[in-house]
Amino acid sequence: MGFPHPSHPKETPVLSKYFGDAAARSFRGWVERGGYEGLKKALGMTPEAVVEEMKASGLRGRGGAGFPTGLKWSFMPKDDGKPHYLVCNADESEPGTFKDREIMRWTPHALIEGCAVGCHAIGAECCYIYIRGEFTEPWHVMSAAVEEAYAHNALGENVFGSGKRIEVVLHRGAGAYICGEETALMNSLEGKRGNPRIKPPFPAQAGLFALPTTINNVETLAAVPHILTRGAAWYKGLCLGNPKSTGTKLISVCGHVMRPGNYEITLGTPMKELIFDMCGGMRPGRTLKAVIPGGSSVPLMTPEEVDQCATDYEGIVACGSMLGSGGMIVMDDSTDIVYEIYRLAKFYAHESCAQCTQCREGTAWTTKILARILSGQGKSSDLDLLLDLSENMTGKTICVLSDSCAAPIVSGIQKFRADFEAYLSRATAPVLALA
Amino acid sequence: MTAGTAGVGAGEGGGVEAHHDAPHVPIFAGKVKERLDALFPKYPTKQACLLPALWMAQEARGWISPGALTEVAAVLGLTPAYVRGVVTFYTMYHTHPVGRHFIQVCTTSPCHLCGSDDVLTALLRETGCGELGATSADGRFTVIEVECLGACGFPTPILIGDDFIESVTPERISGILQGYK
Ligand SMILES: Cc1cc2nc3c(=O)[nH]c(=O)nc-3n(C[C@H](O)[C@H](O)[C@H](O)COP(=O)(O)O)c2cc1C
Ligand code: FES
Repeated sequence: MGFPHPSHPKETPVLSKYFGDAAARSFRGWVERGGYEGLKKALGMTPEAVVEEMKASGLRGRGGAGFPTGLKWSFMPKDDGKPHYLVCNADESEPGTFKDREIMRWTPHALIEGCAVGCHAIGAECCYIYIRGEFTEPWHVMSAAVEEAYAHNALGENVFGSGKRIEVVLHRGAGAYICGEETALMNSLEGKRGNPRIKPPFPAQAGLFALPTTINNVETLAAVPHILTRGAAWYKGLCLGNPKSTGTKLISVCGHVMRPGNYEITLGTPMKELIFDMCGGMRPGRTLKAVIPGGSSVPLMTPEEVDQCATDYEGIVACGSMLGSGGMIVMDDSTDIVYEIYRLAKFYAHESCAQCTQCREGTAWTTKILARILSGQGKSSDLDLLLDLSENMTGKTICVLSDSCAAPIVSGIQKFRADFEAYLSRATAPVLALA
Repeated sequence: MTAGTAGVGAGEGGGVEAHHDAPHVPIFAGKVKERLDALFPKYPTKQACLLPALWMAQEARGWISPGALTEVAAVLGLTPAYVRGVVTFYTMYHTHPVGRHFIQVCTTSPCHLCGSDDVLTALLRETGCGELGATSADGRFTVIEVECLGACGFPTPILIGDDFIESVTPERISGILQGYK
């Protein structure tokens, strides 16, 4: 983790190696730590070779969907004569997730270097980094680093004398979770409301300003220079048995653990080791009740599922959830699961852009029904009604915000039904007053 | 393009706190106009500078007043109605005047698990705001509840103006508020 606690021996610090080391923030400090070697190496390679290197490393998107990065880059058209764009998604707003913030605060040049390599690989001259408006400190750190990168020719008209022009522009968001969705982000950057777009066209054909665009998460791009410097084979070797999930992943752990924070694991690390060894387990006298492992948009896991789970893309799916963004919310036996799910539904209702009926109405209705249950006025049919609504909120909309609201509701009812029934039977006292 | 940042950072331009609609002092003049003009070459359209321009307007006026909205529209060649549609999409632009220190408190599930409700209650009491969205009688504070601030491992994070403060507990609040007159 490196910040605020020292790294745990079971971690594999690659991205987080310099968290907490303020000297790594400056251009010079970054170069002294081996920085910008990856970019120099990339500039000496053809764009195709860089894309192949990413493919060989097995790197997958760290923003939520886990799409292979090299493959995504290879979708960009070649020699089409149009400007191309790289967009870095630094909107980090998925409840439970706080890793991109730490990357930007401590190792801004890792991100800038990754953006520059990405631009070279996809034939772009400009990368926009869209940073959520609330991230004031990361904004200042990134601003200073970008200025320094220009001053040292790591960005600009002629990057490190290669003749390549690469610009990085920071763009500040203004408060909207949905702007983390890639096409909503593009609309927002264009000066519009952040409504997601219907796909196709996919960003590689018509993305930002209707031009070919690749969008990647902060953590994805920050891993890129390390792969170039140390080689795809090294990265691919960071793997615990599942060749589809390679490399390290920052897991943001929050909620009821002794030591919340960012933990950088080799993918495949047993989830129970992460929670009980690295994070110090539950508070004294408490036991584990549930885990939401990939940001609030994924299904809840039971302690039994956690017990046998390998923390990687396929491993978590096999145990009933998803790796998502790697934002792990841990809940002990003091937790009112019904209330927490209600609070998440309220989050999605607030953040819905309201374009699609299933999402606009579904997030609001499920929130109201959950509030009714919590107020002691739930009906015996409410759980079926919630499941029915969730069904209509899944796979039916322009983006997956609606599906994300349904995931904790459906898994909550399936895996923690007794908690809901205790409210319905009045065995649990109401905690909300109905407005 | 020489400098790389869009130059509309959090808190740049100083904390001008005039909450009055004062169109006789144009927003986009002098230094602010220079900052905006420096942004135009970084984007293929002027419209892409809408969010940055709105940030500049809010820094200057404290909120996006109807006058500010018109000025932003004019400088970018957009209609006020269009700009209003964009402003209301985002939660960080104020569509009415707020206290000198605007406080955002995260209460989403991860923070709720760690006691954010108590932090919110204590803030409403100690600022004198009483209720969410209301401004204290002395004009000093407005407190609102917000969704995940992306710092869930440091519960409860709050934003006071542009100051991001982690690990706030009810006990820390009176000390923190002393720094905001
Ligand atoms: C509602 C919603 C919110 C999202 N928020 C984020 C976010 O804050 N950060 C992020 O990197 N990706 C977010 N994503 C995923 C992006 O759409 C996109 O898949 C990602 O940025 C691609 O980068 P990657 O391939 O490097 O993971 C979100 C998706 C949805 C549907
Ligand atoms: S839930 Fe409070 S910062 Fe994420």
